[in-house]
This record gives sequence, C-alpha cells and structure tokens, in this order.
Amino acid sequence: MNLSDIRAVDCDVHPTVPSMQTLLPYLNDHWRETVIEREITTLDTISYPPLAPLTARADFRGENGRAGLDASEVGQQALDKWQADIAILNCLYGVQLVFNEDMAQAFARAVNDWVVKEWLDRDPRLRASIVVPLQNVEHAVDEIERCAVDKRFVQILVLCMGETPLGRRQFWPIYAAAERHNLPLGIHAGSAYRYPVTSLGWPTYYVEDYAAQSLGFQSQLASLVCEGVFVKFPKLKAVLIESGVTWLPGFVWRLSKFWRGVRAEIPWIDRSPNEIVRDHFRLTIQPLDTPDDPDIVARAIEHFQSDDMLLYSSDYPHWQFDGDEIMPPGIPAGLHRRILVDNPLATYPRLGL
Amino acid sequence: MAKHIVAAVKELPPGSRKLVEVNNRQIAVFNVNGEFHALGNRCPHEGGHLIDGKLVGLVESKMPGEYCYSRKDELVKCPWHGWEFDLRTGRAQCDPSRVRVRHYETAVVQGGEIDLDAPPKAAEVFPVRIEDDYVVVEV
Repeated sequence: MNLSDIRAVDCDVHPTVPSMQTLLPYLNDHWRETVIEREITTLDTISYPPLAPLTARADFRGENGRAGLDASEVGQQALDKWQADIAILNCLYGVQLVFNEDMAQAFARAVNDWVVKEWLDRDPRLRASIVVPLQNVEHAVDEIERCAVDKRFVQILVLCMGETPLGRRQFWPIYAAAERHNLPLGIHAGSAYRYPVTSLGWPTYYVEDYAAQSLGFQSQLASLVCEGVFVKFPKLKAVLIESGVTWLPGFVWRLSKFWRGVRAEIPWIDRSPNEIVRDHFRLTIQPLDTPDDPDIVARAIEHFQSDDMLLYSSDYPHWQFDGDEIMPPGIPAGLHRRILVDNPLATYPRLGL
Repeated sequence: MAKHIVAAVKELPPGSRKLVEVNNRQIAVFNVNGEFHALGNRCPHEGGHLIDGKLVGLVESKMPGEYCYSRKDELVKCPWHGWEFDLRTGRAQCDPSRVRVRHYETAVVQGGEIDLDAPPKAAEVFPVRIEDDYVVVEV
C-alpha cells in the first residue's frame, strides 16, 4: 500500500494471550516443562484483570468474557471497524513481573514469537512492539536484536512502572539498540508491581491503581529527560501509551520551571525540558482525560503547543469510549490527519520500510 | 550614558559586594578577583535581590555525566529561585537568549584622573581623594 493512501494508523491495539498453554509451543523443553510442572496458568496481572470492565468493552467480549484473542477477531473488531490500515500490537502479558530473569527472557521470546506467528503472519496490516525483559539489560538488548530483523516490529515495549526509573544509565544499551534500529521506546500503562503504584503506599481500589498510572508516566518522563537520555540518543523517541495525555502540559510546566533554578545539577540539559519533551515524546490519544465538552478538549490540546505529539489509538479492546468515534470531539479538524497518519508515520520510521 | 562613582576601591576588596543606587536604580556591584561587575539588583523573574545571591561558577556539559566547570564566582544565583546570571553579560544561564538582568560597564579611575570640569556624579556623597582609586559604573 502507498503510504499516502493510509487512512489511519492505530498505535495501540492489544492482543490477548489466552493462557500460558498458548505459549507452550514457543518455549524450549526446559521452560515448557517448568510451566506445566509449576502449573503456571496465566501471567495476567492486576493491571488488567480479565473480567474488569476496563479490560474489554462489553461488545468486544466473546462467550468466555475475553476479547482480542485472535488476529481475525481483532482485524474485524478494530481494524475494519475503524478503517485502520496499520495497527501496532502491544501485548500486555506479565512478562515484566517475573523475578527470574532467565524465565523472563524465555517468556518474552515466546510472546514475541507468538505475536509473529499468530498475528503478524495472519494479517498484513499488523505491526508489533517488541516485549523486552527489562529484568536483565543484556537479555533485553538481545531480544531487540533478535526481533529487529523482522521489520514488522516497530517499537520496543516497556511498562510505565518497573524496578528503576527508565532514564538511569543501566538501561542505555537498550536505548542504543532502539536508536540503532529506529525503534521508539513505547512506555505502556502498567506495573511490574515491584513497588506500590503510588509513592504513598498501596491504594485500596482498582480505580486508584489505574488513575495512578499518570503519576508513573510523569516520573518516567522526568527521569528520561533529566538523566539526559535524549542528549545521548538524539534520535530516540518515547511514546507514552495509554497514559491519559492531558496530565502532560501541567507536569512539564512544573518540571521546566524548577529546572531553571537547579539547572547546574544536570548541566547536559541546556534547554528547557519543555522543548525536549516536544521533540522526543509522543502520546497515544486513548484514553484522553478531559471532560466531554469539546471546547475544553480543544483547549487541553492547545496546551501541548505542538501538532506533532499525538498519535491515533483505539486502545482496543480496553473500554475507553463507547460508540465508534475514537477521535474525541473537540480535537481540531485540522489536526485529524496528523494524528491519524502523519504523526504515527513520523514517529515509527519502520512503518515506511 | 554617564559615569557614576559608586565606591572607593579599598572599601570593595575582592570577594566583597556593595548595593548602590544610581538614578533611582539599585545596582549590585561585585568584586571578583579584583574585577568589578555591576548588575541590576532585581531578578527579572520575581524580583529577588541579586546582591544577596551566592556567587557560583559555570557548569556546562556536552554529555550526561560530564561536568565542565569554569569561571569560578562569575555567576550570581538569585537567592529566591536559584536562577544564575552571568556577571559579565547579565544573561540568565537557563535561557540566555531571552532572559537577562541589566548589566552595567564598570571601570576603575584614580581620584586624580577625574575630570573636574565634568565630574562623574557621585551616587553617594563621599569625599574623593586624588590618591585613591574609585569604582565607576556607567549608567
């Protein structure tokens, strides 16, 4: 397909791993036996409990209550429905929670290989993010190198909340590999649950966990900027996926304001964090945290002072909106094409390969 | 522009500073290693008094983890929010192209060299002695 014919690039679609049984063919003998012997039935996490309302819209759920289980279902429910000519799969399965770094490596490989075989090979519109086992940086780099050979992998995928802030230098070999292969760093809502999802301690309710994700995104953004990741890797882009979007301007105002007075602490940051964020961060538009009033939506979008930052996403099958309008009312019409197509193509260079 | 005597050199030894007022403007005068620098006293951010700020060096970096330190004591840090201003230019280190405090040229003149026909106007009234040196600020 000609790039100019593309109607929409859906930058966040979730394939559901039915169970660990599904991944058995993608594990070696040792890990297959381990999964069976230990009766590891699932890696679903409390970020998206299978039957929680947010995890899947009711009209997408099949008889067993689950959604997004195979490529044809997702092709019809998400791509056909919303006229997406390209969709990027972000597989959320609790690989990042595993403590054993060898097991995490095996599971990440299995997930990525399963995505290739059961998804990418079945629908030419699909692309995917590389699930990386951050538990071990060498393993993560190896997995990027292994998968990047396949141009249908267009991004690397990590969770918003892990063990260590993402800007720390221990992770830089991952960003070097990402930059080398034109892979943005996709940071998706979710936690490895090494710590409570708030810095105050454990919240009581699911809604608190989900709402707290935007605080995790704030801290990751600050870490990546302040540690100088984009000074070291000037071609790298970070995509904040399912982050809620509108928290960003206020936080970046705050970060930029205080940077002015303590600039000398991070002298490699020689321009306002506000500018760095505009150059290097992108956000998928679902969910968009605003009131329904279109005027307010438009004003919230203006605060970004950039037309380049927002990427179209359905967040299928998560229940972020009802009906068929993914694009929230109030987003200026002049921005639609950019959000639907131009910004995704500019963010993901491998889509054009 | 007119030259104004603001202090006798011997009352402003290296490391010292003095707040002076010229034409109703408050000017912070610093002696850094024998060189005199003068900036408007009011921080353009929120109005903090630079005369009360700490002097710091310039820290620059090309890459995370590298710290290039130079020009010890040639920047003043506003005591309120820490913005650094270059004593030689008045420019704010955080946004040098857009944010600056007024910078004034300084000179040292000997009392005997002062042209009595057109004397620099003393900011404060004090006796000028022919054998002493004086700090002059151009305003």
